[in-house]
Amino acid sequence: MTTAETGFFGRLSWDAFPIAGLIQTPNANEIVANSAAAVVLVGVVAVVGLLTWFRLWGPLWRDWLTSADHKKIGIMYIVFAIVMLARGVLEGVVMRAQQAAGPGDGFLEAEHFAELFSTHGTIMIFFVAVPFVFGLANFLIPLMIGARDVAFPVMNQISLGLTVSAGMMLMVSLVVGEFSTGGWTAYPPYTGAAFNPGVGPDYWIWAIVVSGIGTTLTGINFAVTIYKLRAPGMKFMRLPMYCWTIICSSILIVFAMPPLGVAALMLAADRYLDFHFFTNDLGGNMMNYANLFWLFGHPEVYLLVLPAYGIYSEVFSTFSAKRLYGYNSLVIATMSIAVLSFTVWLHHFFTMGQSALINAVFGIATMLIAIPTGVKVYDWMATLYRGRIRFSVPMLYGLAFLMLFVIGGLSGVILANPTVDYQVHNTLFLVAHFHNVLLPGVLFGLLAGYNYWFPKAFGFRLNEFWGRITVLLWTFGFMLTFLPLYFVGLMGMPRRSFSWENPDFHPYMIVAVLGALVILLALLSVIVQLWISIRDREKTRVPVGDPWDAHTLEWSIPAPPPPYNFAIIPQVTDRDDFAAAKERGAAYPTPDAYEDIAMPRNTGIGFLLCVLSGIWMFALVWWIWWLAALMTVLIILSFIAWTFQTDTEEVIPADEVRKQHQAWLDLVHNSTPVDRDYEAAPENRGLARPDLEAAT
Amino acid sequence: MDKRSEMHRRERRRYIVGYGGSLLLTLAVFTIAYKYGIQTKGVYLSIALLGLAQLIVQLVYFLHIDRRRSSREDLDLVLFSTLVLLIIILGTVWIMGNLAVRMHTYPM
Amino acid sequence: MKRAPTHSYPGLNLGRRHASADKASEVVTFGFWVFLMSDLVYFGLMFAIYITMIDAQAGGPGPHELYDLKSIFAQTLILLTSSLTVGLAMLALKYNLPRARIVLWFGVTLVLGLSFLVLEIRDFMAMADKGGIPQRSGFLSAFYGLVPLHGLHVATGCIWLIVLGIQLRLFGLTDRLMSRVVRLALFWHFLDLIWIGIITIVYFGGLSYG
Ligand code: HEM
Ligand SMILES: [Cu+2]
Repeated sequence: MTTAETGFFGRLSWDAFPIAGLIQTPNANEIVANSAAAVVLVGVVAVVGLLTWFRLWGPLWRDWLTSADHKKIGIMYIVFAIVMLARGVLEGVVMRAQQAAGPGDGFLEAEHFAELFSTHGTIMIFFVAVPFVFGLANFLIPLMIGARDVAFPVMNQISLGLTVSAGMMLMVSLVVGEFSTGGWTAYPPYTGAAFNPGVGPDYWIWAIVVSGIGTTLTGINFAVTIYKLRAPGMKFMRLPMYCWTIICSSILIVFAMPPLGVAALMLAADRYLDFHFFTNDLGGNMMNYANLFWLFGHPEVYLLVLPAYGIYSEVFSTFSAKRLYGYNSLVIATMSIAVLSFTVWLHHFFTMGQSALINAVFGIATMLIAIPTGVKVYDWMATLYRGRIRFSVPMLYGLAFLMLFVIGGLSGVILANPTVDYQVHNTLFLVAHFHNVLLPGVLFGLLAGYNYWFPKAFGFRLNEFWGRITVLLWTFGFMLTFLPLYFVGLMGMPRRSFSWENPDFHPYMIVAVLGALVILLALLSVIVQLWISIRDREKTRVPVGDPWDAHTLEWSIPAPPPPYNFAIIPQVTDRDDFAAAKERGAAYPTPDAYEDIAMPRNTGIGFLLCVLSGIWMFALVWWIWWLAALMTVLIILSFIAWTFQTDTEEVIPADEVRKQHQAWLDLVHNSTPVDRDYEAAPENRGLARPDLEAAT
Repeated sequence: MDKRSEMHRRERRRYIVGYGGSLLLTLAVFTIAYKYGIQTKGVYLSIALLGLAQLIVQLVYFLHIDRRRSSREDLDLVLFSTLVLLIIILGTVWIMGNLAVRMHTYPM
Repeated sequence: MKRAPTHSYPGLNLGRRHASADKASEVVTFGFWVFLMSDLVYFGLMFAIYITMIDAQAGGPGPHELYDLKSIFAQTLILLTSSLTVGLAMLALKYNLPRARIVLWFGVTLVLGLSFLVLEIRDFMAMADKGGIPQRSGFLSAFYGLVPLHGLHVATGCIWLIVLGIQLRLFGLTDRLMSRVVRLALFWHFLDLIWIGIITIVYFGGLSYG
C-alpha cells in the first residue's frame, strides 16, 4: 500500500488492534501488550464513569478545562505528568524484568521491547519531565514575580491542550497500531519508510511535532512573562533563583525546540512525501538527523535540569533558614550553563566518524559545563552550612540530590572524553549516567517542588511521614536500579538489547530488577501520600499561606491564592522580599485602597485545539487524508474565529477584592505564629514566627 | 499638529531611505551576478557582503532596531539569536562537511 | 528635558497619540518578536541543511539547470516593495490618515504578496518540468524544504492581511487591532529578511557552488 492508494479509513484495519495478535498467537508477549491496552481502556472507562457518577462534568469544564488561570493550568500539567509518570515507570519495570529474565530472550519479543524503550524514553522526557517542569513554572512564576497571570493566558491554555493531545497519542498507540521502535531519538534509517513502513514512527513524529509547538509557545510565554510582567521594584537581580532558572530554560526552549521540529518534519517529509533528507539513496544523509536531533537534545536536558536547580535553591535556603548563598554566582552559573549548552551537542555522537579535532573541541566544551555546575553545588552546600536545617521532605530530596547528582555529573565528565566514550558508547553505562542525572536531578527536584508548594496550591500540607517513606524508596530504588548499570555497562552490555548471553551480567540484572520494584513501591507511595494527605486535610490546613517560613513573594498571599493572586500588586524592595518584610515586621500590610481587577475570561479554545489536533494526528498517522485536511481547515478556522472575540476579560470589582482580602487579613491577625519546631504539627496554620536569629 | 506632520514626514523618509538603500543593494547584487557570473569566490564574497549590508539596512530602517532606543532588549535578543544561529549553522556545516570529506560521500 | 521613551518594541511604534494601543502592544509585540527569533532558528537550520546538501544532487538537475535569476529578481523587487507598502500602511494608521489610505496600502501589500506567490509557484512548476522535484535528490529535498517554507509564511501573511481587513471593517481601529497591525508589519519585514538570506545562500550560493 502506498500513501496515495488508501480508502476511507486510510490504512486502519482490524489488525491494528492488539487483540488480533492475542487471538492469532497467544503468548506472554501478546498478554503484556493486551494488558497495556486494557489498562488504557479501563482507565478511560473508569474516569468517565467516576466523573458521571459524581456529576463532575460541569465543574470540570467550568473550573478547569476552560480556565485560563495559570494556577489551574499548572495543576493540570502536573496531573497529566504524574499519570504519564506512572506509565513510564511501569514500562521501566517491565524492561528491567525482561532483562532480568535472561540470559536468553526473556518473555518479550524484540519488537515489543523496542517499543517499550521508545515509549518510555519519549514519555519520560516529553510528557513527564517537560509538563511537570512547566506545570510548576505555570503555577509559580506569576506568584513569584508579583503578577496576576502570565503574559498570554489563553496561549498558555493552548500549550497545555497541545501537550496533552500529543501525550494522548502515545496512549492511543497502545490500543490502535503500535508505537515506534526507534528509541526516543528516532534515528533514521531505522525510522525511515524503507526500513519501517508501519505507523510507529508516525505516532512518534506527530506527537513530537505537536507537543513541540506547545512547548515552544510555553517558552515564549514564560520568557515574556518574566521579562515584562515583574512587579514594580522586582529588578532582575531581585528575582528568586527559581525565576532565573525558568527564564533560562524558556530561552533554551525558544532556541532549541526548532531543531527538533525541523528534524521530525524532515523525517515526516521522507516518510510521507518521499523526500530524501535522511534516506540511504539519492543523496539523503542520515547523519544530518543525528546532528539536528542533538542540537535540540542537549539543550533539552538543561532545560529540564535548570528548573530543578532552581527548586533546590529555594528549598535549601528555606529549610536552612538562611538566604541563598552566592546568589550572584548562581545567576551567572545558570546563564553560563544555558549558553554553553548550545555548544556541546556533538558529545552524543562522538563515534559518528568526524575528525579527532572536532571531537576534542566538543569534548572540552562539555567538560567546561562542569565548572558552573560545580559552582552551584558549592553554593548549595554553603547555603546549608551552619543553617538551622529542618529535615523536611523537600530537604531530604535535596540532600539525596546533592549526593547522587554529583555521581551522575562525574560520570558525565567521564563520558565527555571522546576516547572513553568510544568504549562505553551505547552501553548501559550511558543509561546509568543519564538516569543518574534525570532521577536525582530532575525527578527528585520536581517531587521536592511538589511537596514544597503543594500547601500553597491546595491549602493543606502533604503528609510528612509518607513523604519521608517516599523519599527513601525513590533514593534506594534509584541506587539499586541504576548504580549496577555502571558496572555492567563497563563490562560491555549494550543498551536497548532485549536479550543477552554473558552470564557475568546476571547478578547485576537481578539487583536492578529488585531496584525497579522498589521504585514501583516509591510510585505507589506517592499515591498513598496524596491519598492520606487528602484524607487528613483538616489537620494540615495552612490558610494563612506561609507554612515553611519561606522567603519569596508567593508565600505572602493566602493558600490557596485567590484567582487574581495579589489583591494589591506588591512593591518589591529587596531580594527575598517577603523574608525581609517579615524581619522588619512589615509583612501582611493593610492596603489603603483596592481597585477593580480585570482577569481573562474562560475560553474553550485550548480544549478545542486539543481535540482537533488529536484527531489531526490520528488521521495523519493512519493516512486518512480527508480527515487530516478537514482538521487542518478546522484548526485554522477556529484559531481565526478566536481572534474575532472581543469580550475576553471579566472584572472583579474592588469591593469583592476588599472583602476577600480583609477576611484573610483578619485570619492572619487572629492566628498564632508557630515556631519551626511545629512545622509539621496541626498548629501550623501557615503563619510563621520568623526565625530572626538564623536570618541575620 | 505641525510637530506631528513633521514626525510623520521623518518616519516616512526613514522607510523610503530604507527602501531606496535596499533597492540599490539588490540591483548591485544582480548586476554583479549578470556581469561576472558567480563562478569565483571573490564575486560570491562580494554578493554575500552586499546581502549582509541589506540585512542591516532593513533591520535599522524597517524594523527600527538600533542602539538609540530606551530599551535595548530587542537588540540584545537579536544579538543573542545571531550568536545561537552562528553556533548551530557553523557547527553543522563544520561537522557535516568534515564527515562528508572523511566518508568520501560526494565525488569531489 | 529628556523625552519620554517612545520606543518600546521592535518595528514602528504607535507612539503617544495611541498611548493605550501602544502600551497594549508592548508585551504582545515583544512576545511576537521572541516567536520570530524561534522561527529564525527554523530557517537558519534549513539554510544549514541546504548548505550541507548542496552536493547531494545524485545525478539529478542542479542549480544551474534549475534556477531562473530573472524570476528571482522580480520576486525580490516585489517583496521589497511590499515591505515598503506595509510600512506605509502602518504610518497611515499611526498618523490617523483617512481610512481609505490604510486600506489602499493594505490592498497593495496583499496584491504584491499574492503576485510573489504566483511567481514562486511558477518557478517551482518550471523546475518540476526539468525534473527538479523534491523526490529526485537530497539537494532538491533541501531546496523544497526551505524555499516553500518561506512561501508558506508569505501565504500566512496574506491570510492575516485579509482577516485584519475584515476585522478593521467590523470593529474599526481598536487598540487590539492596531497592535495586530504592528505585528503583521513586523512579520512582513521579517519575511523580507529571510528572503535576502534565500537569494544570497540558496540562489547565488547554489549557483556559485554547483
Ligand atoms: C523510574 C524508574 C525508571 C526505570 C526503572 C527506567 C528504566 C529504563 C530502562 C530499562 C531503559 C532502557 C535501557 C536500555 O536502553 O537498555 C530506560 C531508558 C530510558 N529512560 Fe528510563 N527508567 C526510569 C525513569 C526514567 C526517567 C525519570 C527518565 C527521564 C526523565 C527516563 C528516561 C529514559 C530515557 C530517555 C531512556 C532512553 C530511551 C531510549 O533508549 O531511546 N527514565 N529506562
Ligand atoms: Cu548532551
